[in-house]
Amino acid sequence: MSKALFTSGHSACAGCGQAIAARLVVEATGENTIIANNTGCLEVFSTAYPQSCWNVPWIHSLFENAAAVSSGIEAALIYLGKKEGTTVISQAGDGGTADIGLQALSGMWERGHDILSICYDNEAYMNTGIQRSGLTPFDSNTTTSPPGKESFGNPKPKKNVLEIAVAHGIPYVATASIGYPADLTRKIKKAKTITGPKYIQIHVPCPLGWRHEPGATYEIAKLAVETGLYPLVEFENGKLTGKKRLTAPKPVEEYMKLQGRFKHILKSTDETAKVQAIANANIERYQLKD
Amino acid sequence: MRQFLEGSQAVAESVKLCRPGVISAYPITPQTHIVEGLAQMVADGDLKAQFINVESEHSAASLVLGASATGARAFTATSSQGLLLMAEVLFNIAGMRLPLVLTCANRSVSAPINIWNDHQDAVTVRDSGWIQFWAEDIQDVIDLHIQAYRLSEDSRVYLPVMVNMDGYILTHGLEVADLPSQKDVDKFLPAYNPSYKLDVENPMTLGFLATPDYYMETRFAIAKTLSDTLEIIPEIAKGFKKVFGRESGGLLQAYRCEDAEVVLVAKGSLIGTIKDTVDDLRAEGKKVGVLKLITYRPFPAKAICDCLAKIPNIGVVEKSISLGATGPLYADITSVLPKETKRNIGGFVIGLGGRDIKKRDIREIFDRLIESPNPCQFIGIKGDLLKEDSKNE
Amino acid sequence: MFGPRVSKAGSGLRHKTGAWRTEKKPKFLKKNCIACRMCVMICPEGCITGKEKNTFICDYNYCKGCGNCVAICPKKDIIMVKEAEKL
Repeated sequence: MSKALFTSGHSACAGCGQAIAARLVVEATGENTIIANNTGCLEVFSTAYPQSCWNVPWIHSLFENAAAVSSGIEAALIYLGKKEGTTVISQAGDGGTADIGLQALSGMWERGHDILSICYDNEAYMNTGIQRSGLTPFDSNTTTSPPGKESFGNPKPKKNVLEIAVAHGIPYVATASIGYPADLTRKIKKAKTITGPKYIQIHVPCPLGWRHEPGATYEIAKLAVETGLYPLVEFENGKLTGKKRLTAPKPVEEYMKLQGRFKHILKSTDETAKVQAIANANIERYQLKD
Repeated sequence: MRQFLEGSQAVAESVKLCRPGVISAYPITPQTHIVEGLAQMVADGDLKAQFINVESEHSAASLVLGASATGARAFTATSSQGLLLMAEVLFNIAGMRLPLVLTCANRSVSAPINIWNDHQDAVTVRDSGWIQFWAEDIQDVIDLHIQAYRLSEDSRVYLPVMVNMDGYILTHGLEVADLPSQKDVDKFLPAYNPSYKLDVENPMTLGFLATPDYYMETRFAIAKTLSDTLEIIPEIAKGFKKVFGRESGGLLQAYRCEDAEVVLVAKGSLIGTIKDTVDDLRAEGKKVGVLKLITYRPFPAKAICDCLAKIPNIGVVEKSISLGATGPLYADITSVLPKETKRNIGGFVIGLGGRDIKKRDIREIFDRLIESPNPCQFIGIKGDLLKEDSKNE
Repeated sequence: MFGPRVSKAGSGLRHKTGAWRTEKKPKFLKKNCIACRMCVMICPEGCITGKEKNTFICDYNYCKGCGNCVAICPKKDIIMVKEAEKL
């Protein structure tokens, strides 16, 4: 058996969605991969000295700068004549992508580096203890957007990083989910063949942060897509060229009832309706029913 | 070859001679001419480097971190706010033991916003593990960059080097200086070949998580390396003299200190003004001298103590202040001088925010050091700007 | 002088996370397996291996017992059993 590029032995929680995705990503890009990783669960659980689960060259710098560090890696490879056939990945969680990391990403996309940027979207700052991020869904319970007598949780919907990426004019932008692992692998492999900046945002459930059973990770990821709350789409050169169609979208309750972070919403018909409206808007926006 | 050069252009030419592979920077006055010079060289094909305009200084430092980690010689330049914005990346670069050279065109720090020279920016990051060189004039600027790469990439060191040059005074000043030949620089500075890097042929993990069981040894190792570097810096300066034929670099330079009764300690272009004042005072029969600090970190404690051993009056003159305490250089100097000797040591803060320093200001320092020394005196303060009532009129 | 500076690639394998399991573990029935490899893809530990039908098994040195392999198997050929059960 050939060497695993992301080995076992990491200290992710049992059922961690991000661990699934991280392994699928690097297996799809292969051993000629160099990774720059932002601060977050993934770098903490995979590289606590002296152990490292990575069998590809890998560097962690800070919270917001994987996109800039990877720009430097790419520039150095070009200068040294070693870029051909090597994939450079810049990866981060949702906080490290949509919030603190957005500037460096925007710069990297605008400059047109040949880098694959990956966002592991578990919808909050999980490594620091489940705080709200720009990609936390509407009404979600996090420690900094808790529901209470005067609040239903996070008051804002997810920031649309997908369309921010598309607006930069980069050649390939997609969402993926570990609920559809073969689709995720296909998208990574496709991105590998494209020159220029690519962005893939992967939905990864977090048993601890979302308050779900460790064994329900796969099922919950699937339901997020099947309700329309997490549309799977592909944009190539600005045009929507691929989507997972939902002929009979499931009601959002089926997705939410498996997770403690939505418990308070299900008690309110109004709030549940608002979440359903978001799902419906996504289905409409990307024409997922056609 | 001797040329009449603007300081910034001298940096660009000197860095070009060092054959950088990746250059990345973000504009900030007064560093801009340096990077503009390099941009033109790349555009004309005179310098084969990857030149990347980034969207902030934090990204500039991060980019060159990534480039150095991948095995390409890298360069960036900044000042003031930019240096402070990249401060966490500076700690990162040193912590990861990545060779790098950064030019800091020293400029004061906001607020209030001021684009003129003082040393607060680089002095603020003196704890980062970076080696710090301080240039007195444009010749220093040229020579120190070349020595900086040689030092940084030495396998006994593997620490980044900051070359400091006074903003505007040196960056926008013009002087005649000698620009070495490519042949000589190639003789002195071998190709960059780090033993640890991001390479698909030999994967490794950089920038790991170090729990309390592992973190401390990384800091100790840097502290020990910086201590060892106190021997390596003079060694490299010696090697420089062999190839280029002039004294340059090193830890410090003592000017007319041998029989001095009063010595001022300082760094940067201010040294020039002090040297001129020393010459004037010597001509009047006064026994005075100046100690030019070239290397600020690692702090050359022994070399300073040896030089100042017999000096009864010492004035530390600096363009920085650790607000709430004394000037940082004063604190550094007094911490290493032996306590038993009865000695007069005074601290002076001058020239903040680019306020011009005249020879008469230096004379005033010499006088005050004898008449009314204390750990921290600000020179040239305008009393009428200091009013109890902050309403401006 | 250098202290810890880089980590050796793949050294994570030294950390046997199988010790995390306390309650249950997967049992690969090897009866109706169609070698779809979905279990291999979904395992967060990446510790499931196999080639032909009915040859798939996890490495119990690393398996944390999350149960996602059970959830994804289209043939229900993996079940969770008590940790103490002899396999």
